[in-house]
This record gives sequence, C-alpha cells and structure tokens, in this order.
Amino acid sequence: MIAGAASAHRDDLDVIRTEVRRLADKYGCEYWRGLEPDRYPEEFVADLTTHGWLGALIPEEYGGGGLDLTGASVILEEVSASGGNPAACHAQMYVMGTLLRHGSEEQKQRYLPRIASGDLRLQAFGVTEPAAGSDTGSIRTRAVRDGDVWRVNGQKIWTSRAMYSDLMVLLARTMPAEECERHTDGLSVFLVEMRDDAGELVPGLSINPIPTMMNHNTTEVFFDDLELPADALVGTEGMGFRHVLDGMNAERILIASECIGDGRFFLERASAYASERTVFGRPIGANQGVQFPLAKAYANLQAADLMRYRAAELFDAGRPCAAEANMAKMLASEASWAAGNAALDTHGGFGFAVEYDIERKLRETRLYQVAPVNNNLVLAFLGEKVLGMPKSY
Amino acid sequence: MNVVVCVKQIPDPADPGALDPETRTLKRDVKLILDESDSYGVEMGLQLVDAAGEGEVRLVSMAPNNEVSGLRTALAMGAESAVLVSDEALAGSDALSTAKVLAAAIARCEPDLVLAATESSDGYTGTVPVQVAELMDLPSVTFGKEITVEGGTATVKRQTEAGYDEVECPLPCVVSVTAGVVEPRYPSFKGIMAAKNKPVEELDLAGLGIDPTTVGWAGARQEITEIAEAPAREAGEVIVDEGDAHERILAFLDDLKVL
Ligand SMILES: Cc1cc2nc3c(=O)[nH]c(=O)nc-3n(C[C@H](O)[C@H](O)[C@H](O)COP(=O)(O)OP(=O)(O)OC[C@H]3O[C@@H](n4cnc5c(N)ncnc54)[C@H](O)[C@@H]3O)c2cc1C
Ligand SMILES: Cc1cc2nc3c(=O)[nH]c(=O)nc-3n(C[C@H](O)[C@H](O)[C@H](O)COP(=O)(O)OP(=O)(O)OC[C@H]3O[C@@H](n4cnc5c(N)ncnc54)[C@H](O)[C@@H]3O)c2cc1C
Repeated sequence: MIAGAASAHRDDLDVIRTEVRRLADKYGCEYWRGLEPDRYPEEFVADLTTHGWLGALIPEEYGGGGLDLTGASVILEEVSASGGNPAACHAQMYVMGTLLRHGSEEQKQRYLPRIASGDLRLQAFGVTEPAAGSDTGSIRTRAVRDGDVWRVNGQKIWTSRAMYSDLMVLLARTMPAEECERHTDGLSVFLVEMRDDAGELVPGLSINPIPTMMNHNTTEVFFDDLELPADALVGTEGMGFRHVLDGMNAERILIASECIGDGRFFLERASAYASERTVFGRPIGANQGVQFPLAKAYANLQAADLMRYRAAELFDAGRPCAAEANMAKMLASEASWAAGNAALDTHGGFGFAVEYDIERKLRETRLYQVAPVNNNLVLAFLGEKVLGMPKSY
Repeated sequence: MNVVVCVKQIPDPADPGALDPETRTLKRDVKLILDESDSYGVEMGLQLVDAAGEGEVRLVSMAPNNEVSGLRTALAMGAESAVLVSDEALAGSDALSTAKVLAAAIARCEPDLVLAATESSDGYTGTVPVQVAELMDLPSVTFGKEITVEGGTATVKRQTEAGYDEVECPLPCVVSVTAGVVEPRYPSFKGIMAAKNKPVEELDLAGLGIDPTTVGWAGARQEITEIAEAPAREAGEVIVDEGDAHERILAFLDDLKVL
C-alpha cells in the first residue's frame, strides 16, 4: 500500500483511515465502473452516511461527529485511494460550513441535525454562473426582497449533485453591482429548500443535468421567480461573498486530499503493474524510463500532501490558511494528474481499457485543476496577495 | 444477557508476517489487529444481546505488549468493555497456555455465554475454545452458524458437512462460531470515537493468579521442532482448445477425483 505523508502530530487518524477504507473496499472499482456514465452511487452514499462519515465535520451538539478538518480530509482521501469517487458526496461534508459559521442558532437547530443524520442532503453549492465564470463578483442571479419573501431569478451552472440534494447554498446578488463599492459586495447567501414534501422540486426551480467526461452529476439550475421565505437568508445581507469564501478553504483542503488519494491509487496500481508486467524478458519497471516517472510522481505527491496537512493544521487552529489551502489544491491536483499520466504510460495499451480503472480515475482527477477554482486563479492569488505583485485578474 | 467474546489480535495478514528463526514462531512485535475470524463472534454477540434486550458484550483477549488496537475495533462495533491479558511470561504460549489464561479472565466476567471463533487466522489450531470450556467445566458447541438463546438454553445450529445439526445446550456454555455466518457490521464514526473511552481492564498473570511457570515457554507442552517454506506453486497447465478442451478438462478433474 502506498501511503501519503502522514500528519506529523497525529496518531488518531489511522483508525479512521482503516475503517473508511474497509467500508469503501466493500464497493471497490467494479462498483464505480458500473455506475458510468451517470448513475449516482446511492448505495455507497447511504452507507457512508449511516456510518456517520459524511456528518463528521458537524459539531456533536448538532448530532455530527465533531471531527476536525484534518480528520475529515482523511475520510475523503481513503475513498479516492480505494478507487472510488468522493465527488458524489464530498459536498455533504462541507457545504454546511457556511450555515454552521454564519447561520442563526435557529437555522442551525433546524437543519444541522438532519444533515448530520443524512435525512437532509445539503450538497448543492450554487455559485458559478455561465456569464461570470471565475469572476464570482459578476454573478447576475438576483434575489429581491418582496414583503415577507425573497424572489430569485437567474441561472447557475455546474451546480453539482443538485438532483441529489434537498438543500442548496445559493449565492445571489441582493444589491445591484452599480450601487456597491466593490463588485463582490451586495451578494448574499440563501439556504434553498429545493423540494416539497413529496420530494418534487419547488415551483420556480428547474434543473438540467450536464453530461460531462466523468460521472459527476453536475447540472445547470434555473430560478424563475423562486420564492424563498425571509429566513432563508444566511448571515448578513450583502456579505455573502465573504461568507462563502471562508468555507472555500475547507473545500480546497478536502479536494487536495482527494487528489492525494487519487495519486496513491495510481502509484499503487502502476508500481504493481510495472513489477509484474514482463516485456523483453524483464519487468517493465526495471527500466528507468518506466520507473522514474512513477518515482518522481511519488515525490511530488508527498510534497503536495505535506502542504495539505499544513493547510489543514492552520485551518483547524483557526488561523488564516487561504494561501496554503489554495497551494495544497493546486499542487495536489497537479501531482495526482502527473501520477495518473505516468500510470497510464506504465499500463501501455491496458491503461486505456475501462477495466483497469486508470482512465476513469484520470478523468475524475483532472477536474481538480479546474474546479472548485482554476489553478490559474490560484497563481493569480499567490502573485497578488502573497508576492505583492499587481492584480492580474 | 452477558456475552464474552474471545478476540485474538494478530499481525495484519495483509503484511507478510515474519517468523522468528530462533523461536520458530510468528513475530508479534508489530501492530496487531482484530482477527477477522473473531469479527463474526463479535457480531453474533451484539445481535444476541440486542435480541435479549439487555446485557452487554465483553471482550477477552490475550496479547503481547498491551496491544489494544484490535480490541478498539471490536469496541467500535459495539462491545461495551474489554479484558486484556498481557505479560512477558506469556511469550511462547501454546494453545493450552492461552486457554488457561483466557479461562481465568473469562471466569471473572461471569458470562452467560462465551463465543470464540472456530479457529484463528494465524495459529489456526482450532483447539482453544474447547480447551477453555474444559478448563471452566462448561459445555461447549463447535462450528456454530446460528445461535438462539431462550430461558437458560442456547440452541445452536452446528455446521456439518451435510448441512447442520441442531444442538441444545444449557447456559453458561462456550460456542465457537464459523467464519462467514453473519455479516460483521462496520464500525461507525461515532462508534470509533466512543470506543476510545470504553474501559479496557489490563491484567497480568499475577492479577489472574496464574503461576508464570505453567504458561509461556516455561509451561509449553507443544514444541515447534521444524519450520520449512511451503513449496512454491508449480505452473499450471494451459489447455489450448483444439476442439477437445472440454474432454481434457473433464479428464483432468476426474484425475483429481473432484467429479
Ligand atoms: C464538473 C464540474 C463541477 C463543478 N461543480 C460546481 C459546483 O458544484 N458549484 C459551483 O458553484 N461551481 C462548480 N463548478 C464550476 C467551477 O468552479 C468553474 O468551472 C471554475 O471555477 C472555472 O470557471 P469557468 O468554468 O467559468 O472558467 P472561466 O472562468 O471561463 O475560465 C476559463 C479559463 O480561463 C482561465 N482564466 C480566466 N480568467 C483568467 C485570468 N484572469 N488569468 C488567467 N487565467 C484566467 C481559467 O483559468 C480557465 O483556464 C464545477 C465545474 C465543473 C467542470
Ligand atoms: C510454540 C508457540 C509459541 C507461541 N508464542 C506466542 C507468543 O509469543 N505470543 C503470543 O501471543 N502467542 C504465542 N503463541 C500462541 C499462539 O499464537 C496462539 O495464541 C495460541 O496457541 C492459540 O492457538 P490458535 O491461534 O491456533 O487458536 P485457535 O484454537 O485456532 O483459536 C480459536 C479461537 O480462540 C480464541 N483465541 C485464541 N487465542 C486467543 C487469544 N490469544 N486471545 C483471545 N482469544 C483467543 C479466538 O476466538 C480464536 O479465533 C505461541 C504458540 C505456540 C505453539
């Protein structure tokens, strides 16, 4: 088994690793392959939920596990390392963070225990819009106060898992951009109850699946005069951008951990294959041309993993970690891709065969150079905020 | 109903184990985990306590170096507490020594029912449970695949080659259960967290009142005289179909007398 860089100060993570891995191994690659192209892993998600893993980050007082982010990141890493794709449910772990940090006590009491138990799924996060892209401040979905209610009109794109969610954290403009000092002002966060008692979408909400190159259940969501009660607003009106921003560090660290798991998967498969597969009378792994790319990918993966633990440690200590979280996401997504690419080369033609899972995992891990934030934007952030160069975006 | 489940903690079978050339036994100074064979007993115990509506599952284990990792796994599944016996003088214990220690530890728990696995995954002599029963002067049933308890009697479906026998046995008794007969639950996250605070009573030989010269290397009645590598598996025979493959496969199976 190829291990990541263990956290230096923690010996309580092994048992989480072992037990999540055992549960994930019950499913295995055949299960995930069988879901392609677009079936949702209901069984796996239900199992992970009933065993309390998806509610791990919710504080115990709201019925969750009370685990810190470092611990939670290990859960997702192990699902990835087992050959699974935690994207199907990772958001159930962290989207609630916005509610937890900025919601009223009444909102938290109302939703968190049922999110922890899995009775409610909060795993849709509606931020990105077609016309705004990475420039979140330019989103146009509008929420307008109308007496006792909010009326929402607009469109989101790439809202993943919306078809498999009961609740959505929605970012919408509540004050026209022209009236705001900065274009990231005037945005607000809403918690949208997406379904009625019968489980049907509420009036004003419609969802279209977007088929993608991997099984991701992502969608576009349309708001056509969607009516929300006044108390659907989370946190302070107009502060929405900042409210979602602090949850994004958690998201980035968790995604980095998934990439580390992917990288471990690739390297484990590839080094085993390279040692077994004999061509020209010896194992292909005896050739440095095969061995070195894997060794190099391993070194890069370990380095990225150290950044992931560093970021998680800062996050758990309540210290600023935007640079570390973004670097972890960037480095880990590049490292897992390099590992996957080397694994594909190592497997030769067989790497392209669906049965080997390399091509599937490679498609899955590729996403993380683009989402939840593009690696270019990570560099732009570092250039400006850390290195003090002019803003480039 | 109080159920004691014997759980052996063994070196992870996924990591190739090493034999100590001097003692000719498995090296046990690595991290030990719950023997999967015992997870069935734990599951069965939990189900029986559930069905009874009262009581608890208690674990008993003998292991070197005060190892608790495997116990924590079983506690995370839902067992309430554990007794762990560890003592340097236990090094070199054979099956009978193990049974003596387990019997003494189990007796302290005054259980209604004792469960163990039919055989462990590493030693697999398959003798400890009946020895425990004998030492405790309790009836025992082996190869249990289903247990129901009612009014002071355990009814055990006992696996046989042809099917199963149904055996009745007064409580308290010792039943060894066969692997694969129930699906052991996976510990939940909360179970894992709770397990950290569940009591594990650690005992040594003095605490159990056992004379150290009667167990371990000193008291061993079994001796390992020789160890040898298992012969490497020979290459199989590849049958290329030239129209008669089915006949050749049948003949091959016939030779093996499996038809
Ligand atoms: C499968 C999938 C799932 C997703 N899930 C969600 C979700 O659940 N919720 C959600 O809100 N969003 C989600 N997203 C959206 C994702 O976060 C965005 O796709 C991502 O932030 C990039 O935005 P964009 O696609 O509009 O690219 P654009 O912003 O249009 O960028 C296109 C390219 O131009 C580059 N670029 C743009 N501006 C600059 C610049 N100034 N300097 C350098 N390079 C630049 C980008 O790096 C990128 O390479 C998902 C996306 C995908 C593909
Ligand atoms: C020469 C020799 C040296 C040994 N040296 C050591 C040593 O240094 N350290 C050491 O720990 N052991 C040592 N052992 C003990 C050995 O590994 C077994 O623990 C013991 O012989 C039981 O045999 P088994 O595993 O074949 O049990 P089996 O009869 O196959 O076990 C059946 C079931 O009994 C229960 N059980 C068995 N052992 C235990 C246990 N220890 N705790 C709880 N439940 C149990 C389990 O439910 C198990 O599945 C030695 C044995 C021999 C023969």
